[in-house]
Amino acid sequence: MTHIRTILGATTALCVAGAAQAADLEVTHWWTSGGEAAAVAELAKAFDAKTEHTWVDGAIAGSGSTARPIMISRITGGDPMAATQFNHGRQAEELVEAGLMRDLTDIAEAGKWREVINPPSLLDACTVDGRVYCAPLNIHSWQWLWLSHKAYEDAGIPVPTTWDEFVAAAPALAEAGKIPMAMGKQGWQQSGAFNVMILSLLPPEVYLGVYQDKNAEIAAGPEVARIFAAAAAAREMSKDSNVQDWNQATNLVITGQAGGQIMGDWAQGEFQVAGMTAGEDYTCLPGLGVNKTLQAGGDAFYFPVLDDEELTAAQGELAALLLEPETQVAFNLKKGSLPVRGDVDLEAANDCMKKGLEILASGDALPDVNILISSDTRVQIEELFVEFFADASITPEDAQARYADIIADAD
Amino acid sequence: MSASRPNRLFRNKSAKIAAIPMILTAMVVFVGGTIWTVAYSFTNSKLLPRWKLVGLDQYERLWDSRRWLVSIENLFLYGLFMLVLSFVIGFVLAALMDQKIRFENTFRTIMLYPFALSFIVTGLVWQWILNPDFGVQHIVRSLGFENFTFDPLYTADIALYGVMIAGLWQGSGLIMVLMLAGLRGIDQEIWKASRVDGIPAWKTYVFIIIPMMKPVFITTLVLIASSIVKVYDLIVAQTGGGPGLSTEMPAKYVYDYLFGAQNLGQGFAASTMMLLAVLVVVIPWAMLEFGGKKRV
Repeated sequence: MTHIRTILGATTALCVAGAAQAADLEVTHWWTSGGEAAAVAELAKAFDAKTEHTWVDGAIAGSGSTARPIMISRITGGDPMAATQFNHGRQAEELVEAGLMRDLTDIAEAGKWREVINPPSLLDACTVDGRVYCAPLNIHSWQWLWLSHKAYEDAGIPVPTTWDEFVAAAPALAEAGKIPMAMGKQGWQQSGAFNVMILSLLPPEVYLGVYQDKNAEIAAGPEVARIFAAAAAAREMSKDSNVQDWNQATNLVITGQAGGQIMGDWAQGEFQVAGMTAGEDYTCLPGLGVNKTLQAGGDAFYFPVLDDEELTAAQGELAALLLEPETQVAFNLKKGSLPVRGDVDLEAANDCMKKGLEILASGDALPDVNILISSDTRVQIEELFVEFFADASITPEDAQARYADIIADAD
Repeated sequence: MSASRPNRLFRNKSAKIAAIPMILTAMVVFVGGTIWTVAYSFTNSKLLPRWKLVGLDQYERLWDSRRWLVSIENLFLYGLFMLVLSFVIGFVLAALMDQKIRFENTFRTIMLYPFALSFIVTGLVWQWILNPDFGVQHIVRSLGFENFTFDPLYTADIALYGVMIAGLWQGSGLIMVLMLAGLRGIDQEIWKASRVDGIPAWKTYVFIIIPMMKPVFITTLVLIASSIVKVYDLIVAQTGGGPGLSTEMPAKYVYDYLFGAQNLGQGFAASTMMLLAVLVVVIPWAMLEFGGKKRV
C-alpha cells in the first residue's frame, strides 16, 4: 500500500514539475494527405525530442481554402493557436498590420536567416517594415507535369518530354481508354494550371507583367491568348476526370488511369507514399519541359501574439527549430518540397527534387502568384477558371476578356 | 394614484424581467449585428473591418459579378422547385399515411429518419450515390446496361436538380409529419359529412381539408423558406458550387468573399442584399398575418 502511495505521489510530483516548464503548443495546418501528414509528423517528432514542449497537432481537413478561414477567425476572434501555417505571400498581411502576429526579428537575426534563406524573396514575403513576422519552412513550386509511365506503356507510345508532345499524345491515350490529363475540379487547381502555362510556355516578362505590374494590356494580348488556347486544350483533355481533390487526381496518374497532371511538387509526396520511383514509374517535367523556371511559393509558419509567457518562449524555440538544417532535410524529404536554406545537403533527394534544387541554385526562381496578388483577386481568377473548365461553350476569347478585366481591377 | 389601473408596462412583472436577457440578446446580437454589417458594407474593408467609406462601390461590383447573378438565379430556381415539391411530396405522403394503414409508426419513423442527419452528411452520402464512377450509374452499368447515364452532379445543366434530390430526401419527412399532424387535427365529422354528400375524396382534400389546414401550411412555408434561403452546406458537401458555377448560391458567395477572398466589404454587401430580399418577402406577409387581426 505504501508503495503504491509513493508511486502515486512521485507521479503527481513529476506531472507538476513537467507542467512548470513544458508548454503544449497547438499548431494548425492543412497538411492532411498521406505524404503531407508524414512530413508534419517529422516536425512534431523533432519538436517533442529537441525541446521539453509538446506539439499539439491541429490539422484542419480540406484544402487551404477551407482551413484558412478557420485559422483567421480564431486569430481575429481572440482564440489564437500558438503557431499556424500560411502560404508564402499576402494571406496574413493584414493580420500582421493589425499587430496580431508576433515579431520574430530577434530570432531571425540570431539564426542569420537573411544569409541562409534562398531565394531571399521568401524572407521578403515575411518582412513588413523591416521586421520579420514569419518563419519560412519550405519551397513549393507549381511548374511540374507529372506523367505516368504505365499509362503511356499501355497506350504503346513513348513518355512525352514537353507540353507539346503531351498534347499530341492525348488522342492515343484516349483510344487506349485512358484520361489524357487528370485535373481536380476545384478553382485553385485549374487557375494554378493556367498560371503554370503562362510561366512555362511564355517568357517570364509576361508572367511578371500580368501579376506583378497588373498590366491589363498584356493580359489581353496575343501571347496570353496562346495560353488560353492551351487551357482550352487542357479542358478537352481533362473532361473525363471526375475527381475533386488534387490527390485524387494524382492517384489517377499513380494508378495509370490518367496520362499526366499539372500539379505542384507536393504531388511528389503522394508518389513516394505509393512506393514509386522517379524516372522509372513516373516522370516529372519542371516547367512543363519548356521553360525551366519555378515560382517559389510554399509554406511559412506564423506565430500569433500570445499573453502566456511560457507559450511565447516555446513559440520562439519552434521558430528557430523550423530553420535548423536537420529539420529542413527531414521535413522536406517527406513533403517533396525544397528546403528554404541554400546550404543544406539533400543527398537523399530523388530525381525530381534534384531538378528543382538545380533550378533554385541557378537563381531562376520567380515569386509565387500568392505573393503578387491579393486573395480577393485570386478568388476572382479561380471563379473564372472553374467556370471555364466546366463549360466547353465558353470560348478562350471570352475568358481572356474577363481575365483582363480582373487584372485591370487587381490589387 | 392607487385607485387608477396599474400601468400596462408593469403588469406581469416577473415574466417581463425574465425576458430581459433574451430581449437584450436579440437587440444587441441580431439587430446590432445587422446594422453593423449593413454599415460596413459601404466600406472597403478587406480581411479586417475598416471604416473607410467607398459609397456604393461594393454593390456595383456585386451586381456586375457573374457569379452573384448566377447564384441569385440558382436560388430562385432551387427555391421554387423545392417549395412546390416539398409541399406536394409532404402532403401526399401525409395523406397516404392517414389512410389508417398498418405499421404507420414504422413508416413514419423511416420517413422522418433522414431529417436526423445534418445537411453535410446528407450531401456526402448523395454525392457518393450520384457519383458516376461508383454510385447508381456504376451499379446499373455493371448489371449490363452499358449506355446507362445518370450523373446529375457532373452535368452543369441539371446539377441543381441533383442537389435538390438530396434536399428533398432530407426534408420531406419533416413536412410529412407536420402535415400529418394537421390532418389529424381535422374533425372526423367533416369526413363523414363529405362522404354523406358523396363528394370524392380528392375534392374533399383540395376544397375542404387544405383550406382548413392554413395554419399548418404557414408554419411549413416559413420552415421551408428559411431552409431555402440559407442553403449552403448541402451545396458545399455535394458539388462545392460546381460544375462551373451551376450550383452556386448567395450564401456561399457571402462566405467565400468574407473568408476565402478576405474581402469583408464585398461579403457584407452580398449579405445585405440577402437580408433585403428576405425583408421584401417577410414584411408584407407579417403585415397581412399580424396586422389583419386587429380588424377582426
